[in-house]
Amino acid sequence: MIAEIGLAALWLAAALAVLQLVSGALTLRAGPGQTNPLAIYARPAAVVQAFLAVLAFLLLLRAFAVTDLSLKLVATNSHSMKPFIYKLTGTWGNHEGSMLLWVGVLAASGGMLAAFERRLPERTMAATLAVQGFVALGFYAFLLLSSNPFERLAVPAAEGNGLNPLLQDIGLAIHPPTLYAGYVGLSVAFSLAMGALLTREVNPAFARVMRPWVLGAWVLLTLGITAGSYWAYYELGWGGWWFWDPVENASLMPWLAATALMHSVSVLAARDALRTWTIMLGVLAFSMSMLGTFLVRSGVLTSVHAFAVDPERGAFILGLLGLYIGGALTIFALRAGAVAEGKRFAAASREGALVFNNVMLSAILAIVLLGTLYPLLTEAFDVRVSVGPPYFNPAGAIFAVPMLLVMAVGPLLRWKSDKPARIQFELALIAALVIGVIALVSFFGQFPLLPLLGLGLAAALGVAAFLPLRGRTLARVPVATWGMVIAHFGIAVSLFGMACEGAFSEERLAAVAPGGTEQIGDFAVTLEAVTPIAGPNWTAMEARLAVRQNGGEPVILTPQARSFWSPPQSTSESALLTKWNGQLYAVIGNQAEDGRWQVRVWWKPFVTFIWYGGLLIGLGGILSIVGRMRVDLKRRAASTMGAQRRADVEALGAAAPQPAE
Amino acid sequence: MRKLTLWLPLALFAFFAGLAAYMLTQEKDQFVESTMIGQPLPAFALDPAFDGLPGASRADFTGRPKLLNIWASWCLPCIAEAPQLEALQKQGVEIIGIAIRDKPADVAGFLARYGNPYARIGSDRISEVQLAIGSSGVPETFVIDGKGVIRYQHIGDIGAEDVPTLLAELEKAQ
Repeated sequence: MIAEIGLAALWLAAALAVLQLVSGALTLRAGPGQTNPLAIYARPAAVVQAFLAVLAFLLLLRAFAVTDLSLKLVATNSHSMKPFIYKLTGTWGNHEGSMLLWVGVLAASGGMLAAFERRLPERTMAATLAVQGFVALGFYAFLLLSSNPFERLAVPAAEGNGLNPLLQDIGLAIHPPTLYAGYVGLSVAFSLAMGALLTREVNPAFARVMRPWVLGAWVLLTLGITAGSYWAYYELGWGGWWFWDPVENASLMPWLAATALMHSVSVLAARDALRTWTIMLGVLAFSMSMLGTFLVRSGVLTSVHAFAVDPERGAFILGLLGLYIGGALTIFALRAGAVAEGKRFAAASREGALVFNNVMLSAILAIVLLGTLYPLLTEAFDVRVSVGPPYFNPAGAIFAVPMLLVMAVGPLLRWKSDKPARIQFELALIAALVIGVIALVSFFGQFPLLPLLGLGLAAALGVAAFLPLRGRTLARVPVATWGMVIAHFGIAVSLFGMACEGAFSEERLAAVAPGGTEQIGDFAVTLEAVTPIAGPNWTAMEARLAVRQNGGEPVILTPQARSFWSPPQSTSESALLTKWNGQLYAVIGNQAEDGRWQVRVWWKPFVTFIWYGGLLIGLGGILSIVGRMRVDLKRRAASTMGAQRRADVEALGAAAPQPAE
Repeated sequence: MRKLTLWLPLALFAFFAGLAAYMLTQEKDQFVESTMIGQPLPAFALDPAFDGLPGASRADFTGRPKLLNIWASWCLPCIAEAPQLEALQKQGVEIIGIAIRDKPADVAGFLARYGNPYARIGSDRISEVQLAIGSSGVPETFVIDGKGVIRYQHIGDIGAEDVPTLLAELEKAQ
């Protein structure tokens, strides 16, 4: 019965999406000044739809919590013996459940927009809600027609099939929902961009409405990617933190587009420039989210993220993609020419730097997109290729290096036009840091070029991030500016971690007999014993490694080679020893015939900084949102007070006695 | 000129959509052959999984080629493949089972309900033998020749369409 209520809620939500679309479209057709009787339904439809979609998701969550094996989805993806937390996270560890989460977040964002946004002109709002309803409708259709999460089994299963063990991890509890919220938050930016384009209201007021949505989605994407990268790092047991896997790229591309969009929308809000560019990026960012969904679920590309792939579903999503992206780009091509050009600016100005970096970000996006889709292109000619780090790293760096340099300088420039000579001290400092650090590091040894460049840039960026604060009273610096400073500093921290990992990592792979010792860096690693142990739904061979740093007290690490039996699969559980200046990463492999065990140990200096940096970037984004919202609220309060005072003055003036002649 | 550049994104997208649509209609071959093919079975000796049949060991794989079936009473696909195993046994194939992480009572219950095609069943309580022969899941079925060498591996449950393949592989292993 519960499942049927969930299904009914989804159908009702889809019907409301139709109402929202029709109501919005009619308002738009009625033209300025006129009203259509259906116009009043767009906002309530969006809000109620949000409640229904979220309700449907909560009901599915309940089915997983109590392991309702009469549901096909639960029987194929859960197991009564699974730890409770993984029963819950299993809700979105599969295709149907994660699509329902996707749609739930989409409806919730649309509902929030409809409920709280009062600044936009009513026609733009109607167009925006119509687009949002249209997008939601497609995904409801997808869920209801080809991926029904509430499908019943004719005969309830005796036991479930279990969840992919790689996904039985706390990383799964946070990483996908965060990413989905980010992807789908961009849908609001998309709808707003289309709404503004349709009503030709591309202006700073529109940009100020769009900005918090872009910032919020961007923060969630940043945190989601950071969490995902750390999860892949410790769970896959391969010692790497980024694999240029199609699904990782699918999350990186919307992030790149959102980063560009966030900067572009700020320029539009502050300076009324980059109008067409902002619209284009708004379309692009959500297009990349949908493209990612398509690539992951259609199975056209091979990836470690094994969703149950199904060409039929792929065709459905491709159809949706064609409808939304194709439609949006067509409207863009027809309408963008009619959007008046924004304010002009000189090349050496803050806008100039932002435009340069937006072009660089877009170029990196194009590189990643090309690398991700290239195997698809060659497979059409029956050639199987795998595009990996040898392509992505140097090709991305060609654009990333100039971008990072301009990022260091950009915030120091003035709006509209500036003379580089004004900031010659800062320019000299940045150049000196880059060259100095590279020279210093090269003096100590031979390192690959990219990590070397990364170290130099990280040092320069780390200092340059704080230069915009120079000569200002710190207490009076706006919160949003602190946000920018911290986010830029986070980039430097993250880059430092990546460069150190690339340049200074040490690796040892050895067959060790119990009792044997291997030396890596400052650490002596002794294999004390290998013992079988059992968990709730797995058994494992667990190694006891005693790690001594410079002959000090031993720390015990226990990497495991786990075998899950439902579904049967083996995973490698790495063991990490975290120091302030890096991590020791240990994995246990197979036993050789002579009784020795394969032990693989890495020392990765400062690798943790990659994720600390990611967290700082996210924190910077949060500060920006808080700062902007506080300014907005203050402005709103001030304008209400101003209106109040004017009313008071008029009332006084009317009541005051006429001055005597 | 500007008018034309505005159409560029749409053109690029149309190209991608066409390519993706074409690729979706293509069959994909994702088969990866196990590295254990051609390797001899590792030495093992397992206790009987329940009182009705003897246990299994490396020494049982002599003479005619045999099937080695990795299964468990708690495994749903194993129920699905039970009729096919039965059919193979009727055709004179000797099937040696290894029950993974199972209890004697459950094994006996499963065989009573779904039929018993096995000549012997060893009990692998910690997946030791399963991992050693390169099996990562349940059910899996191996064709082992008279010298104890692994000749073929079937991953997942045996469907009716797989029975001729297995018979042919057994023939080849003679």
